[in-house]
Amino acid sequence: MLEFSQQIVNGLSLGAIYALIALGYTMVYGIIKLINFAHGDVMMVGAYVGFFSITMLGTNIVVAMLAAMLLCALLGVLIEKVAYRPLRNSTRIAALITAIGVSLFLEYITVVVLGPAQRVFPQSAFPIKAYNLAGLTILNKQIFVFVSAVLLMLILQYIIKRTKTGKAMRAVSLDMEAAVLMGISVDKTISVTFAIGSALAAAAGVMIGVYYQTINPLMGIIPGLKAFVAAVLGGIGLIPGAMVGGFVMGLLETMVSGYGSSLYRDAVAFGVLIIILLIRPTGLFGKNTGEKV
Amino acid sequence: MQEKKNKSWLSFLLEVIVLVALFTLVQYALTVGLINQSYQINLVTMCINIILAVSLNLINGFTGQLSLGHAGFMAVGAYVSVILTNFMEMPFIIGILGGCIAAGIAGFIIGVPTLRLKGDYLAIATLAFGEIIRVVLQNIDYVNGPAGIVGITKLTSWPWLYWTAIITILVIVNLMNSSYGRAIISIREDEVASELMGINTTKYKVLAFIIGAMFAGLAGVMYAHYFYIIKPDTFSFLRSFDMVVMVVLGGLGSTTGAVIAAIFITFLTFGLQKYAAMRMVIYSLILIIVMIYRPQGLMGSKELSRKTFSRIWSGKK
Repeated sequence: MLEFSQQIVNGLSLGAIYALIALGYTMVYGIIKLINFAHGDVMMVGAYVGFFSITMLGTNIVVAMLAAMLLCALLGVLIEKVAYRPLRNSTRIAALITAIGVSLFLEYITVVVLGPAQRVFPQSAFPIKAYNLAGLTILNKQIFVFVSAVLLMLILQYIIKRTKTGKAMRAVSLDMEAAVLMGISVDKTISVTFAIGSALAAAAGVMIGVYYQTINPLMGIIPGLKAFVAAVLGGIGLIPGAMVGGFVMGLLETMVSGYGSSLYRDAVAFGVLIIILLIRPTGLFGKNTGEKV
Repeated sequence: MQEKKNKSWLSFLLEVIVLVALFTLVQYALTVGLINQSYQINLVTMCINIILAVSLNLINGFTGQLSLGHAGFMAVGAYVSVILTNFMEMPFIIGILGGCIAAGIAGFIIGVPTLRLKGDYLAIATLAFGEIIRVVLQNIDYVNGPAGIVGITKLTSWPWLYWTAIITILVIVNLMNSSYGRAIISIREDEVASELMGINTTKYKVLAFIIGAMFAGLAGVMYAHYFYIIKPDTFSFLRSFDMVVMVVLGGLGSTTGAVIAAIFITFLTFGLQKYAAMRMVIYSLILIIVMIYRPQGLMGSKELSRKTFSRIWSGKK
């Protein structure tokens, strides 16, 4: 029972990271119906910005995270402007292929510029402490990840539910044409969506740096895919769905590597994806809408 | 009428002569030693890439079902054939057939459930299945898990490569010229409408998927029996992306385009051998730029064929 609770503690902090990344997927999908394949790689860029902010500028972890969020928000807006906007009216396959292209570009331009080697996230920025709570070992990095992720999600909820921008985002995702008629600038709203989603991914990137302690240019692929699975699991396009999906994926993964084979860890995510897509493609919270001709 | 028949016979004969001449020329160059080791590898990769691009084009281009799991079928073909030829010591032809059939069965098993999905969901599901094949291979001790199989007998030779690539092209071109092909294209153009016209869309989608998978398996067989070593990581989704780049560049739905793009990409890879990362940057830029400025690819859905040449010959537009 104790081990089980320990796995839950580990799973929750990992799940918080997945949930943050999944939010970006789900927001972008909700608004322009595009699986932003490059999202995981934006996270990787965030991790590198955090890394350089700590090692070269000597900032603390919070400032590093904010810097990563800011820069990645700009990167997200730029990606949308350059690569996705020209394709807004073309087929979804074309947009998807472009997204794959952007993803590969971010990965390998980082390899070219910074080299393929793994880098160790500085320990000095975040000395690890372990707390003992009724027999459970809780690391301070787990608390840090969980608390900051939940905080960011609350801020996101506030933006979406209470601000004018959030209202515009909801309107555009519901019906783009009607939103235009109501005087909402669709371009601006989509830019804001990319900015917020990418900032969340960047925060997740710094968290992964703290959590796993190493970063490399291809680190975005697998967490990105898992977060995508989380978004589909919760019902893609739905913000609460992405949060729940992220936590479920995190818990599932720690359970599988805790009790089963860690070699199968990555296969489990894909297995879940396939089962969801075949049984309930709209996800746990999604509504089924028929195809209109 | 008689004259027309004679003419088509003549051009058929011409084609056969061109194909055999090309084959003999390269064979001659190989035996005399005009082509050095690194160019030989390039030649082999080119033929394998042609098989992969043409077969993936059947699924992605003609049927319009974006698949990102082609490397998985290649892996199935490679592993099954190596088990047959090296572990069980059967002749190469059995390995080829076994590899193709196994990949086809994998295509059937994966195709039936996933092809109910559409567009980007299908793409992700095929990607997931491709990765699952890789992870499963990593966990089978019989094939040495992540370390892979080393010391595979080199059975792939120029005649095998050349004629299998030609057969791949012929099968797919003829399939697309048949009523099956027209049904397949109608699915790409408008799935709902073709279903209303009485076409069993699932049947044709699965059929295209199986045929594509079988040829991917064939490419895997050729790969395994030339490069001495196979391991699960050889067939990761990055390799699937390579194939997608070829198909997209050549034009979704053009066999000629797929062949040209496969040749081009092979030479590009060869030229940038020392700069592996730069190669991927160039690939990604190709994907983005082609999609933004020429989403139909190099050839669109046009083909270069006998007709095109005879049209140019007679000066008609």
